Amino acid sequence: MARNVSTDPRQHAPSPISETKVVVENFRAYFGRSAVLRNITLTIKPCERLAIIGPAGSGKTTFLRTLNRLNDLEPLFRYTGRILLDGSDIYDGDADVPALRRRLGMVYAVPTPLPWSIQENIVFGPRTAGVTNRHKLEEIVERALRGAFLWEEVKDRLKMNATDLSGGQQQRLCLARVLALEPEVLLLDEPCSGLDPISTAKIEDAIAELKSRYSIVLVTNNTKQAARASDRTAFFLMGEMIEIGDTRQIFTNPVHGHTNDYITGNFG
Amino acid sequence: MKRPSPPAMQRVAVSFMWLGTIIAVGVLLFIVAYILMLGLPHVTWEFLSQGPRLMGREGGVLPMIVGTLWVAGLAVMIAAPVGVITAIYLTEYTTEGKLTAVIRFGADCLAGIPSIIFGLFGFVFFTITLGMGLSVLSGAMTLAIMVLPTIIRTSEEAIRAVPRAYRDAGYGLGATRWGVVTQVVLRSALPGIGTGIVLSIGRSISETAAVMLTAGSALRLPTSAFDSTRTLALHFFVLSREGISMPKAYATASVLIVAILTINLLAYWVMQRFVARVR
Repeated sequence: MARNVSTDPRQHAPSPISETKVVVENFRAYFGRSAVLRNITLTIKPCERLAIIGPAGSGKTTFLRTLNRLNDLEPLFRYTGRILLDGSDIYDGDADVPALRRRLGMVYAVPTPLPWSIQENIVFGPRTAGVTNRHKLEEIVERALRGAFLWEEVKDRLKMNATDLSGGQQQRLCLARVLALEPEVLLLDEPCSGLDPISTAKIEDAIAELKSRYSIVLVTNNTKQAARASDRTAFFLMGEMIEIGDTRQIFTNPVHGHTNDYITGNFG
Repeated sequence: MKRPSPPAMQRVAVSFMWLGTIIAVGVLLFIVAYILMLGLPHVTWEFLSQGPRLMGREGGVLPMIVGTLWVAGLAVMIAAPVGVITAIYLTEYTTEGKLTAVIRFGADCLAGIPSIIFGLFGFVFFTITLGMGLSVLSGAMTLAIMVLPTIIRTSEEAIRAVPRAYRDAGYGLGATRWGVVTQVVLRSALPGIGTGIVLSIGRSISETAAVMLTAGSALRLPTSAFDSTRTLALHFFVLSREGISMPKAYATASVLIVAILTINLLAYWVMQRFVARVR
């Protein structure tokens, strides 16, 4: 479990929730003594696509794994500050962490299909959440696979082992698996990093489509992808958020020199 | 001196590998074939279905077959759950530290102790102190302790070999720790855990010294866990050591070898089917 070294979060008044889905306030994260996130403050609106860009080691992935409390699994993880989802602190002592992770569904950089059938991969989440009705589960499988643009390719072989799919299909299966949870926020950690351009395009199509229903946080190493597939962009550097703004503004007229250097390829 | 050319080195290396493999497999096949050739002609239906007469000079080994299955079966039924649970605790529920290091070191030490020492411990503790006497139960408990380190270590390795990505996927999909352990990790580690258990069954069946001191060497058919019994391995030892009957000794050894082969094959077959089903 994470140990909260901040003051009791409940003594703060709840933040207004009207136009924000996620609020991150003065968030710092440490692994042991080394700080990996320094004073991150940002908000994520409902149904917006936020891209996070930055060089390797800038804390992008740690930030995502902080949002669904996956860093709790690291024994040396510590944090200060707070993160609110719909106004309530996700690091609150009696938060239901598994339920929280279903609300913030995550797709990892490397496709991580479990070595089971396509169908089993998708029903795992809903079943864990307590859905047992067979018809309901079948419905969920179809809806999730359609949402990830994978249904047409696999509808006749749902019993096939997921690890036999191609890399791009595996990643879309991972997206489908998350959609089956009916999350509120999608956390995509470099979802296209190992994929060919066609697979990448399919994932981006899915992201564009899904925007109407979910807030999406897209971590990417590909600045062009950030420019194509996001509404707002945040630039991280060495654990700090240097700049956040409308994607168009970040890519045409960044405020900070480091941001400009990064997006023009002068370092990173 | 001129260095040999790479292809020549390659040929030499490959020949050595072949030689090593042939020696390893050859010795094994020779032993098995030798014993089966001397023993199998004496393995008759009467040998398998009757009790021994005249201390085993005549008659069969039915009580020993039953006794072996009792002792080894019970031992693994005790050791497997305890061992697997310990391995789960060590890998999934604690962080690496002094405690895990001590437990692991202890397990490794236990694995290296000669079986006669386990026998002595079992004799003093189970047989005398706990008053179980020379019995199937004493023998099984002793063997359970003896194979426990093997089960813990093989299970631990199997669990550790499950990719971290599987765990991340499980947690990310909203599973609890228990859900991830039972449905994701154990499911993938099962073949490895099964291998450890099969190894333990083999060791339990073939153990001689430890059961001699704890299960005793009664010749009658055991009817409860508190009866003394004689296992096949011990029967072979007594028959040959005391010069009672070498043909019967080899026949007993043959039964032992065939039993172990059968159990291993059966276990692998069941495991394959099981793995194919859960995949």
